[in-house]
Amino acid sequence: MDTQFAQRRRRDLIVAGCLAVIAALVPLFVKDVYVQNIMVLTLMYAALSQSWNILSGYCGQISLGHALYFGLGAYTTALLFTKFGVLPWFGMLAGGAISAVIAMALGYPCFRLRGHYFVIATIVIAEIALVLIQNWDWAGAALGIDIPVRGDSWLKFQFARSKLPYFYFALALASVAWLVTWWLEDSKWGYWWRAVKDNPDAAESLGVVVFNSKMGAAAVSAFLVAVGGSFYAQFVSYIDPESVMGFQFSLLMALPAVLGGIGTLWGPVLGAVILIPLTELTRSFIGGSGRGVDLIVYGTLIVVISLALPRGLVSVFSWRKEAAR
Amino acid sequence: MGLLYGLIAAGLALIFGLMDVVNFAHGEFLMIAMYVTFFLFAFFAIDPLLAAPLVAAALFVFGAVVYLLIVRFAMRAKANAGMVQIFSTFGLAIVMRGLAQFFFTPDYRSVTNSWVGGKTVSIAGIYLPEPQLIGAMLSIAAFVALYFFINRTDFGRALEATREDAGAVALVGIDKNRVFALGWGLGAALVGLAGAIMAIFFYIYPDVGASFALIAYVTVALGGFGSVFGAFAGGIIVGLVEATTALILPPSLKSVGIYAVYLLVVFIRPRGLFGSM
Repeated sequence: MDTQFAQRRRRDLIVAGCLAVIAALVPLFVKDVYVQNIMVLTLMYAALSQSWNILSGYCGQISLGHALYFGLGAYTTALLFTKFGVLPWFGMLAGGAISAVIAMALGYPCFRLRGHYFVIATIVIAEIALVLIQNWDWAGAALGIDIPVRGDSWLKFQFARSKLPYFYFALALASVAWLVTWWLEDSKWGYWWRAVKDNPDAAESLGVVVFNSKMGAAAVSAFLVAVGGSFYAQFVSYIDPESVMGFQFSLLMALPAVLGGIGTLWGPVLGAVILIPLTELTRSFIGGSGRGVDLIVYGTLIVVISLALPRGLVSVFSWRKEAAR
Repeated sequence: MGLLYGLIAAGLALIFGLMDVVNFAHGEFLMIAMYVTFFLFAFFAIDPLLAAPLVAAALFVFGAVVYLLIVRFAMRAKANAGMVQIFSTFGLAIVMRGLAQFFFTPDYRSVTNSWVGGKTVSIAGIYLPEPQLIGAMLSIAAFVALYFFINRTDFGRALEATREDAGAVALVGIDKNRVFALGWGLGAALVGLAGAIMAIFFYIYPDVGASFALIAYVTVALGGFGSVFGAFAGGIIVGLVEATTALILPPSLKSVGIYAVYLLVVFIRPRGLFGSM
């Protein structure tokens, strides 16, 4: 049993490595900017969803307010850069650190709540932050922040002419998020989280410090999502409160993990790879009419997948494997 | 206003209390109700007040159909039941918004020249807008009716019993699906009533539901899940808090007060004010 698990983990690592290499080679053949744009978004959502999955999937504390951390990351980077000239790389780390600290500060009262009360608390906190930022004149209020482009450079992490650097950073981010999850899966924390998810009371009685495990998951998750937010701010070079901190965004972040398979290593990746290109394609090919056909298609897809495959798309693969055995 | 929130929330609370399902498309139910009211008014010149029962009936059918077509299957999910419910109803919400955009276009519409729209009455020197006042009275009436319905009729008892123990209920010959479908219908009908009244004094557009849905969840949770009376009380509190916040803070911050009160309440009482679950 144990060796089988170790084998599976080794295999996962090899598969992930191969996928990352293949992904890294794709832009050499695909030069189309539109397609590259979709690939960047796909990788970004894979990273975000993977990070969300740590708290909500593994630890079972379903957060529908993760847009808060995404927005914090985006705003910290953008504000530090535009107001103080701090390089985005430091902004990224600062945003991550601030988000992790805030996640723990918020976790302190929130983790006592259970079920829907917790979910609604996460939504509400993100909404409060959204409204506050919308009314914060120094941070651009509802109009948001325009990040001035000052030429292509790795130092400032700005590239006006090419999407490639963004692509490789997004790939790196997705890989890091995946690796962190992979590593945590077999760590002390990983086991604690699954115990907390399945039965917090039993876990507590067996000596798992439930509260601390939740805090740890929240901090890691928030940090990674904030880095994603920083990246997004640099990528689109314009942010406004609604687009980086809105409730919709919290759901969009969770969606790949849920459709792919919540609480699984491959779920978020698989979900993002299928969902994001589909979203973008429906939006650009049939969304142009402005009459909501893309919404109809997209929504129907969500309903059908979530009803047909409650364990997510990864369950299709494991089911096949079991049948082959 | 608070009483209307209460009415919207009561529909949500009923559905939730009955089968532990949060309907993330609740705001879109409200949107549909407002459109139905609008079209009844525009094409048949039926005043929203008269249309209210018709809208409630239409939403009743709609709610029951949604249960039978979607939620029934979501509840059968063996894994991740919570997420399946959240995202299947969320997907439904997106579809409904898309359909509304497709058929009704994203234009803002409003009901003009209704019987009570834009008029005010003065009670002991306090001026109150008439639509809101009538809305409040209708909400109270609906709550009283709901209370008797749940506590005094066979169907109400079946509803309660199914909630307690669906298995045992099946043994005494009550069809669980029928009860649930009726419960969803009833929950939707309450929103229908609220939507008909709100159509008098709110603009109607495809995304209108989103702004009220979150407040409805907060209202239900504030009162405590599993308690329809709690939703009523929660609605009144939310209305009062909103009015008070509007006095102290700029209008753009008015929802912050509601959210802050929710957080305060659940940090002190993790199950809401009157919650049993």
